[in-house]
Amino acid sequence: MASKNMMNEQMHEQMVELSNIRKSFGKLEVVKGIDLNIAKGEFFSLLGPSGCGKTTLLRMIAGLEVPDDGVVVINQQSMNGVDANKRPTNMVFQSYAIFPHLNVGENVAYGLIKQRLPKAELRERVDAMLKMVDLDGYYDRPSYALSGGQRQRVALARALILEPKVLLLDEPLSALDKKLREQMQDELRRIQRTLGITFILVTHDQEEALIMSDRIAVMFDGNIAQLGTPQEIYDKPVSRRVASFIGVMNFLEGKCISKNKTSIVVDVESLGQISFPRDIIPEDTSLDQLCVGFRPEMFTILYNKKDKAENEFSSIVKNVDYYGDMSYYTLSLPNSDKDIMVSMRNTSGRYVYDLGETIRVGWRSSSLLVLN
Amino acid sequence: MALRSSFGTKWKRSFAGWRLIGGPFLFGFLLLLAPLFLMIALSLWTQDYLDLDRTPTLNNYRDIFSHPVYVMLIKRSVSISLFVTMVTVLLAFPMAYYISFYGGKYKAIWLFLITIPFWTSYLLRIFLWKIILGYNGVVNSSLLSLNLIEEPLSFILYNANAVVIALAHAWAPFAILPIFVSLERIDRSMLEAAKDLGDSAIRSFFRVTLPLAMPGIISAALIVFIPTIGDYVTPKLVGGKDGLMIANMIQVQFSKANNAPLGAALAITSLMTVLLISLGFLFFNRRYLRKQTQ
Amino acid sequence: MKKPSVFLFTFVVIYLVFLYAPIMLLPLFAFNDSSIIAFPLSGFTMDWFIGLMSENTLHRALKNSLIIAVTAAVISTCFGILTARAMARHDFIGKRPSFGLIMAPLFLPEIIIGVALLIVLIQLGVSLNIWTVILGHILICTPFSVSILYSAFNNMDRSIEEASLDLGETRFGTFRRVIFPLVKPGVIASILICFTISLDEFVIAFFLTGVEPTLPVYIWAQLRFPSKLPSIMALGFILLLISLILLAVFEYYRRKSEKLIGKS
Repeated sequence: MASKNMMNEQMHEQMVELSNIRKSFGKLEVVKGIDLNIAKGEFFSLLGPSGCGKTTLLRMIAGLEVPDDGVVVINQQSMNGVDANKRPTNMVFQSYAIFPHLNVGENVAYGLIKQRLPKAELRERVDAMLKMVDLDGYYDRPSYALSGGQRQRVALARALILEPKVLLLDEPLSALDKKLREQMQDELRRIQRTLGITFILVTHDQEEALIMSDRIAVMFDGNIAQLGTPQEIYDKPVSRRVASFIGVMNFLEGKCISKNKTSIVVDVESLGQISFPRDIIPEDTSLDQLCVGFRPEMFTILYNKKDKAENEFSSIVKNVDYYGDMSYYTLSLPNSDKDIMVSMRNTSGRYVYDLGETIRVGWRSSSLLVLN
Repeated sequence: MALRSSFGTKWKRSFAGWRLIGGPFLFGFLLLLAPLFLMIALSLWTQDYLDLDRTPTLNNYRDIFSHPVYVMLIKRSVSISLFVTMVTVLLAFPMAYYISFYGGKYKAIWLFLITIPFWTSYLLRIFLWKIILGYNGVVNSSLLSLNLIEEPLSFILYNANAVVIALAHAWAPFAILPIFVSLERIDRSMLEAAKDLGDSAIRSFFRVTLPLAMPGIISAALIVFIPTIGDYVTPKLVGGKDGLMIANMIQVQFSKANNAPLGAALAITSLMTVLLISLGFLFFNRRYLRKQTQ
Repeated sequence: MKKPSVFLFTFVVIYLVFLYAPIMLLPLFAFNDSSIIAFPLSGFTMDWFIGLMSENTLHRALKNSLIIAVTAAVISTCFGILTARAMARHDFIGKRPSFGLIMAPLFLPEIIIGVALLIVLIQLGVSLNIWTVILGHILICTPFSVSILYSAFNNMDRSIEEASLDLGETRFGTFRRVIFPLVKPGVIASILICFTISLDEFVIAFFLTGVEPTLPVYIWAQLRFPSKLPSIMALGFILLLISLILLAVFEYYRRKSEKLIGKS
């Protein structure tokens, strides 16, 4: 038992440990006592709407902001009283913060100058780093002549060349257009895997967090609402708020009718009585007012008469949002004025319904979630 | 608890700011604020030849308000300054308007052009007006040679008119720049909206452009008015006897008359006059200033 | 671009003539071969310029003015840097009042500043000399320096400093390697403007200078003697050329500053 624990700890050596971190600006408390451990080599995301405290938390890890309370430990060393310039972290800023009076090479070499390397070696290392971020031959480019994507690469190279233990990224892709953003997402992931450095990404873009991260912390109002892998967060959101922040979720109201040790029966608005295993309902949920959620892709449209499902109902199409690869249908539930969203992939030859057509929708009770 | 700690950090953060601004502040405190207070104190004392009597008295102020010459000088300074302000702003506005609306890509060059004359020695600029307006000056000699007049005009130099012309010239860039800035801030689509809603060019000028330019006009007026009241050089050079202003009298008290306390009292009186008029002016235009901050 | 109305255009032309009329006379009379300043002009001469070379009082006044202007420009620019930086980056108790005090000379008639300083210096028993003029000039130049430098400090992206700290540089190193290079054009512009203001300032210098005249005080004294006027015109013309050169250099650095840091 003891040896197993030790092995576990070695495998998941902690790189960043935050305990009870608090920060207020004036009277506004923006980070409210956060405890969080991030493992070595992990790609970790802090995800939340603007003003949730994610950037402040990141800046406290960087040492650019001093916590009012709590301890930041990086690589087993307490960072209290350690300035940003002495921490084994480096940051890619949202604005990239490229030094406008220096060219690309000088920007990348900025932090290395302190190490007083021989000129040739310095140049060699800068060139190698530029190659890694795909800016081969850009050494002498003036920084004002760079595009948004190139600035981002310079910012990345400038931070990575110092071989930080932790790389902090503050909304690094938010200024880029969609195509470039997707390309950079892949590239960041590739670089992180190659170097094995811990990356901490701050983002408000849930898709970006899901694609890139090993683990995600969803933050609201200065607290971590949920911590888990992308799949855990998408499939089993702990609250209605998390569920609606990540992806699209339909919500229905429900009421507990009966319960025993292993199961609970809930009367769900217009879908009827459904039995759930007891343990999927959080402990502190009030049983009179339950919220039941399901994602649009969890319901299926039954195209052929022969198609069967565990449960089904018919409905009229109220609206269609056609995305090319997907269609999102707005439907009304039977015996209810509530609308729900159902999505279908437009695989080859599949019919796209029009407004006013009646369709059959099938669903399984196991795809419903009970939320706080 | 949370409140106390935020109070503490406010003090701590204050230290960083004060470490920077402390030096300049101390300089301003010692060489401006303290002197101004000493000036107030001095104005309450009396001078008897070389002895300074430090018992506080309002006698100097009583003197000022009972001697017609002082009251007249203050009144004249105020009315000349108000007139100069009006003329300067009225002349500056069309110029600023032209640069802002028709300057195109040459706006910077236009502004440069406006400021060049301002970089000549102030003394010489005023003095050159004396040459232009003088008895054998440019204006008179050209009018004479064109046979438009038979003898030189004398009403244009050594009086208040000359002071107004010279100062309207001297303050021109100070009036044009703030008006230009406020005109630049006007979103041009607002004027198009006014047109689209049926206003003629003149109506939209009075209903949209002018109200939105008011903050600039107000600051231009203050920038011109405040230093003009204390101007010393212009009245002395081109004002003649009837154009002298309060600053000339203050200077006399500190030199020839050797009555520094009375000089200080005159300075305080004119400073208070400037302050009151400026505050009154701001008060009457407060609705335009409020709009800007919204 | 629409065309302005004839009325507006005529006004602009007349106004420009009004603005330029006085300085147009400077070169005319500076090279005019007559000791009387009046039309018609009589002929070309360089005598007035040559005469300036042997004016010892002028040379002394020029030397005094240069010492005063350089010292005042450097010190007020230092004050400007400190104040602008504090205003742009720090939040502190008493921010508005202290800023108001530093900027106040901009809103006070010069004669009030001159008189107030004179009173203090007399009460303290300090004898008047070029150093007392320097003190007065620092007071009036600092607000100009602050207004030039404030936008440079304020428009600078905060993360640029943070990036430097994050990359391992100390606070002093960040100032030396990042902040100063970025505000340097603004600093040069401020020094030039303060230099020009101080060089031209008359009222405060008139009150605070002792037996040592500054250039404007010298000019003021000469204006009383009609025979000296042509050489004053020549001197004014030289000063105009110097101011224009300084102004062009100033404009160059101001634009460079905008390019580096961005417009306000």
